[in-house]
Amino acid sequence: MPEQPGRNAIEVRGVRKVYGTGESQVAALDTVSVSIRENEFFTLLGPSGCGKTTLLRLIAGFDFPSAGEILLYGQDIAPLPPFKRPVNTVFQSYALFPHMTVAENIGFGLEMLGKPKAEIKARVGEMLKLVKMEALSGRRTSQISGGQQQRVALARALAPQPKVLLLDEPLSALDYKLRKEMQIELKRLQHETGITFIFVTHDQEEALTMSDRIAVMSSGKILQVGTPWDIYDKPAERFVADFIGETNFLTAAITVMGNGKVRATLKSGAAIEATVAEGFQPKGNATVVVRPEHAKLTNGKGDLSGTVENIVYFGTDTHIHVHLDSGEAFTVRQQNTRSASCGFEKGDKVGISVGNDAAQVLRD
Amino acid sequence: MASSFSIKHQPGFTAIAATCFVVLYLPIVVLVVYAFNAAASTSEWGGFSLKWFQSAWQNTQVIDATLRSFQIGATAAILATIAATMAALATTRTAAYPGLTFKYAAINQPLMVPEIVTGVALLIFFSRIKIFTGYSGLGYLIAAHTAFCIPFAYLPIRARLENMDLTLERAAADLYATPWRTFRRITLPLLWPGILAGLMLAFVISLDDVVITEFVKSGGQDTLPTYMLGQIRRGITPEINAISTVFLLLSVAIVTLFFFISRKRD
Repeated sequence: MPEQPGRNAIEVRGVRKVYGTGESQVAALDTVSVSIRENEFFTLLGPSGCGKTTLLRLIAGFDFPSAGEILLYGQDIAPLPPFKRPVNTVFQSYALFPHMTVAENIGFGLEMLGKPKAEIKARVGEMLKLVKMEALSGRRTSQISGGQQQRVALARALAPQPKVLLLDEPLSALDYKLRKEMQIELKRLQHETGITFIFVTHDQEEALTMSDRIAVMSSGKILQVGTPWDIYDKPAERFVADFIGETNFLTAAITVMGNGKVRATLKSGAAIEATVAEGFQPKGNATVVVRPEHAKLTNGKGDLSGTVENIVYFGTDTHIHVHLDSGEAFTVRQQNTRSASCGFEKGDKVGISVGNDAAQVLRD
Repeated sequence: MASSFSIKHQPGFTAIAATCFVVLYLPIVVLVVYAFNAAASTSEWGGFSLKWFQSAWQNTQVIDATLRSFQIGATAAILATIAATMAALATTRTAAYPGLTFKYAAINQPLMVPEIVTGVALLIFFSRIKIFTGYSGLGYLIAAHTAFCIPFAYLPIRARLENMDLTLERAAADLYATPWRTFRRITLPLLWPGILAGLMLAFVISLDDVVITEFVKSGGQDTLPTYMLGQIRRGITPEINAISTVFLLLSVAIVTLFFFISRKRD
């Protein structure tokens, strides 16, 4: 393979993982293919049981695929045991060795690689500095806090300079503030080390704020791969739109305009312009999604009309739940100001205007 | 305010508890007290004396049987612990499969089969081998003790393994440790308190055994318990009490030692 910038660190090709035999077979991964680029912060996002952790385990080598290949810089690593893969993992439970000190934990990988003592010592020092843990190098891992254990786990996995770092929901055990801190810390570490990160999470906000690209998974399949912006604003499937953020789903009759745009005629009779999910050719009725912040509530007529059902105040904004005359539900998110209320009350007859570039037609 | 339920406040609780403790410990207290009896009786007090300890110490048969007990106990405990460690690893570090439960049962079988049955079976089995090979050394006793000590060593080791986080071994493999180095550097150090517990337990069980030893031993192979049993048939002197007292102190010492070792480790 020719070496070039932006090449793939990991290529997953047609990987299946089946558990059980005969009738009780369950496909944890159903023919998954994805490429992860060098130096990328790549996130596998999905609800529990979607197969994201299984895919991570296959890349780490704790399990082997039933079919397919996993290429690390062009070499198939799928049949190799974990100790022969230049890939390290940060575990959800950290899995620090309780009978060793912080420094011994960090040096373990290098020691197993047979590096000379002086080199290990220097590298451990470097790692301790990187994660700001110099002062606690001699402590047992049971004598440090959860956040500190998290840093040690990171340093331990980064010390052997793996080609890819795998992170299995590493922030889920931390409290909210510490989690926010570690999110920034992780981005910094990825930037400073230049190592490809594959991050597994079920937290969509975490995925959106940290990732270069996200793969949304459900029931053993990858539904969509893209930048956070792609995933949020141009969801390809109903599941993706529903899992990431809040969304309104409407049914509309579609007429194709060309140029990747369609005209969607809503149940209210109004027609709006919409973009279409990549590779999707809608015919007749299809689902249209509009994010709550991309619609506007008016006192007069809009594209949609309905009755205000509920108003929820969120500090930065207010969510107004509207029962549409068509019977569908619709939520509008409105930015708050300091001096005025949202301007609507429960029971008000309202109109909703959908922005020009607000609607996306997608697969159900 | 109504006080919360406590078993201590149930009628009769104190009386039953006290009775149990008295029945358990009073005979032992009496035994220890009469070890210091100056008279040659185990029921009539004749003043304080250490002479029975002295006479036991000078009794070559006692010394002989004690040394043999320790030799058998130590060898059998070590062999049983090695076997039990391997068995525990094989039965916990694997995915469940049909037949695993049967293996648990097979390993723990000596706990359930009456000792007398094992004793008779081994007697018949070993007597054939004795005729065939002509060997009649301590090997038979060591083999028998090893066999019935395995489940006692197995239990604490398996309990420790089951409580150990499997992710630790996975993390070691992830950090380039081969299976053997993972075992040496991670599993074994963390398993050590369990292994020590198994070793101590196996040793104490072996030291204590009468039934199987009685059936398997050849002439002149008395262990301390079978020697004591033989002495009692000929009439009891406080010397037996003195030996028992030393035996008791030894057991307490071993258990206490282990308690502190395991507490320090955790």
